[in-house]
Amino acid sequence: MFIEQLVNGLTLGSTYALIALGYTMVYGIIQLINFAHGEIYMFGAFAGLLLVSVFGLNIFVALIGAMVFCMFLGMLIERIAYRPIRGKSSRLSALISAIGVSIFLSTLMALIRGTNTTRYPEIMKIHTYHLGSLDLSSLQIIILVVSALLMVGLQLLIQKTRIGKAMRACSQDLEAASLMGINANRVISYTFAIGSALAAAGGVMVGVYYNAVWPYMGTMAGLKAFAAAVLGGIGSIPGAMIGGLTLGVLEILGVAYLSSSYKDAIAFGILILVLILRPQGIMGKKITKKV
Amino acid sequence: MGILTLEGVSQEFGGLLALDDVSLDVENEKIFGIIGPNGAGKTTLFNIITGIYTPTSGKVKYQGHQINGVPPYDVARMGIGRTFQNIRLFNKLSVLDNVKVGCHGVTKAGILSALFGLPGERLEEKEITLRSCKLLEMVDLYEKRMEYADNLSYGEQRKLEIARALALKPALLLLDEPAAGMNASEKVSLMTFIKEIRNNENLTILLVEHDMNVVMNICEQIAVLDYGRKIADGPPEQVKNDEKVIQSYLGVEA
Amino acid sequence: MNIMDALLSQYIDAYYLHIMVLIGINIILALGLNITTGVTGQLSMGHAGFMSIGAYTAAILSIHMGLPFWGSLLGGATAAAGFGFLLGLPTLRLEGDYLAMITIGFAEIIRVFFLNFEPGGKALGLSGIPEHTTFSVVWMIAIVVIVLNVKLLHSRIGRSFYAIRENEIAAEAAGINTTRLKVLSFMVGAFLAGLGGGLYAHYMTYIAPQDFGFMKSIEFLNMVVLGGMGSIPGTILGTVVLTLAPEMLRIVAEYRLLFYGAMLVILMIFRPNGLLGDVRWYDIKKRWFSKEVKTWES
Repeated sequence: MFIEQLVNGLTLGSTYALIALGYTMVYGIIQLINFAHGEIYMFGAFAGLLLVSVFGLNIFVALIGAMVFCMFLGMLIERIAYRPIRGKSSRLSALISAIGVSIFLSTLMALIRGTNTTRYPEIMKIHTYHLGSLDLSSLQIIILVVSALLMVGLQLLIQKTRIGKAMRACSQDLEAASLMGINANRVISYTFAIGSALAAAGGVMVGVYYNAVWPYMGTMAGLKAFAAAVLGGIGSIPGAMIGGLTLGVLEILGVAYLSSSYKDAIAFGILILVLILRPQGIMGKKITKKV
Repeated sequence: MGILTLEGVSQEFGGLLALDDVSLDVENEKIFGIIGPNGAGKTTLFNIITGIYTPTSGKVKYQGHQINGVPPYDVARMGIGRTFQNIRLFNKLSVLDNVKVGCHGVTKAGILSALFGLPGERLEEKEITLRSCKLLEMVDLYEKRMEYADNLSYGEQRKLEIARALALKPALLLLDEPAAGMNASEKVSLMTFIKEIRNNENLTILLVEHDMNVVMNICEQIAVLDYGRKIADGPPEQVKNDEKVIQSYLGVEA
Repeated sequence: MNIMDALLSQYIDAYYLHIMVLIGINIILALGLNITTGVTGQLSMGHAGFMSIGAYTAAILSIHMGLPFWGSLLGGATAAAGFGFLLGLPTLRLEGDYLAMITIGFAEIIRVFFLNFEPGGKALGLSGIPEHTTFSVVWMIAIVVIVLNVKLLHSRIGRSFYAIRENEIAAEAAGINTTRLKVLSFMVGAFLAGLGGGLYAHYMTYIAPQDFGFMKSIEFLNMVVLGGMGSIPGTILGTVVLTLAPEMLRIVAEYRLLFYGAMLVILMIFRPNGLLGDVRWYDIKKRWFSKEVKTWES
């Protein structure tokens, strides 16, 4: 029972982690809470649905298609709604712009698809494996494996490639990085692209796992993922992964052992407790005030 | 014993010893200079005196009270005003309001008296405005009192910081590189100004400065820091001829 | 006052009166958030949480305790301010966006709490609240709130709120106990949110947890930022624009939220400091009278 809940929690948590990565990467570089990120995740889920149901593609191909689509969507949003404001005023203006994009995108999808939930078509035969007392569905395995692969891929990208190096430099000090000849605008654009692709992957997998997508699915998922990013220490990539998994597991366990009617409160309750005990999050570094 | 004494103050940042067993005795109504190469721990010393850092060991005493561990706002209220090396003004407030905020520590109207416009509050507001205007006249910024602080020139911003610190009616004023970024004539008028306020307001002034000319001209006593240690302490003439100082600092400059 | 409302309802269309009442309530709420976020710079994204505390408290006081309207309003506002105090405490240690997250989480927890709150009718909501809030009541309170806001922001406390937003370290060096004042600004903001919530409850006569969701908090934040952070006329203008916008956009029916979202983006691109964020009476006066002054001098 407990192990099973733990696996359920990890499955949910890995999707939180995928979304949280986008929040944390963008925040790390331009200190913006990208509120439209939840909507990118929602668009990813719908793009995957379209590719699977209308074009009849294999789910893995659809997953990649949705990721590519959202990559461009993320870059487009950054170009239109954030870049013109950057550096001109307080971070709050950019936040409001992000909120505007978020409202725009969810309404757009509601106009296209209606506000009801749409079911994902059956994409494959779902096996259930019995490992002792533990029931594990093939879907859960796929989600866990795909998430793990994506996260390892992200780590490799960040640590080993030129663009990854540029991203790390920008998150240390954007101004210094651009003085060293790094094209900051391009790095920011790539950051949005990568973050959005990861969110899209999360969207498709959640759509398949819960067999439902709807235009407003991004709001709560976005909030929870942001909570996960903060829990892990915002700006920290391993932090977002750990924060996502922790939040998913604790939420599922909370529902299982405490009360299901307080489901949405549990995640935030945990978050508040952690932040009060450890204000910089799990993996965040404590910054000494510079005077 | 002077108005401010430091006894064996050390400050460690993650294994790095920024200040190492520094003792100072600042006499009342003196202009006291602290010099030393970059990274010698001068600003750290200011941050310890004003309560931003709590020293790892040692004691800071002000007018006989131990003040290490006292929060910065209480240190300010006890009469220690300061300026900052990298100017810290309230950019989106008017010049006048910057100085008025400086009066916060020595005034006391609360939220309710403000909401109901009680007579005590009105009187206090009048006094604050009057005093702030006088201070602005002193630093030649009265004409610009309605400008946003970030519209001022660099030199004006440094003067506004001093006016704001004086609004606190301090007994001890800490100036962190007051002459930085000023041209020669501005420096001359700054020196006269510092002497003037010391005489008129019965102030003790502790200043960190890189410009040797300024320091040697106005300071009555000078302490030299090097890598967190005090290597010399005394009147300008004595410090100027100190061998250790010449070796580690002045020699390099000249 | 009843007479005044009766007169008004004879001459003014009920729909317009309704919009005006909503604007009045929103102004009270937005001015509250302006103090916390606009003036003091503490990003709060859970304003609707305080509003719901005020609304439910006031409604229950009216229905079950039989308190007079004014008593219920004050009770609701005070309860909200109490929670503002509790929520302000973490600001002692948290900064910036961590604080924003705490406020979001707080509002969500409050919402889920009311979803499970028996005396509040759970998810169905609370109905049968006496209808006491009228046009003249709302606007009388709104005007008092505006006047007190002006007084507060021009006082010693108000100036130190701005100082905390502009530079916390310099504020402390000026003798400002920043932690205490940050908590105070949270309490004042929450008090006004609770007051607005109580008025809202006694106007709609029916409240439910979904009235106070995350998007509601975001609406108030939009009003403050769109109008101009820390500016009272700006906040009022932002409130009027954003309360009217969905109504005006009714012509475009289901597309209205689409326009609303796009409008936020466009306004932020062209007026990043808000509509009135960098406009001061002083500068306007200077511009208007500068010609006369010049001729007089020459």
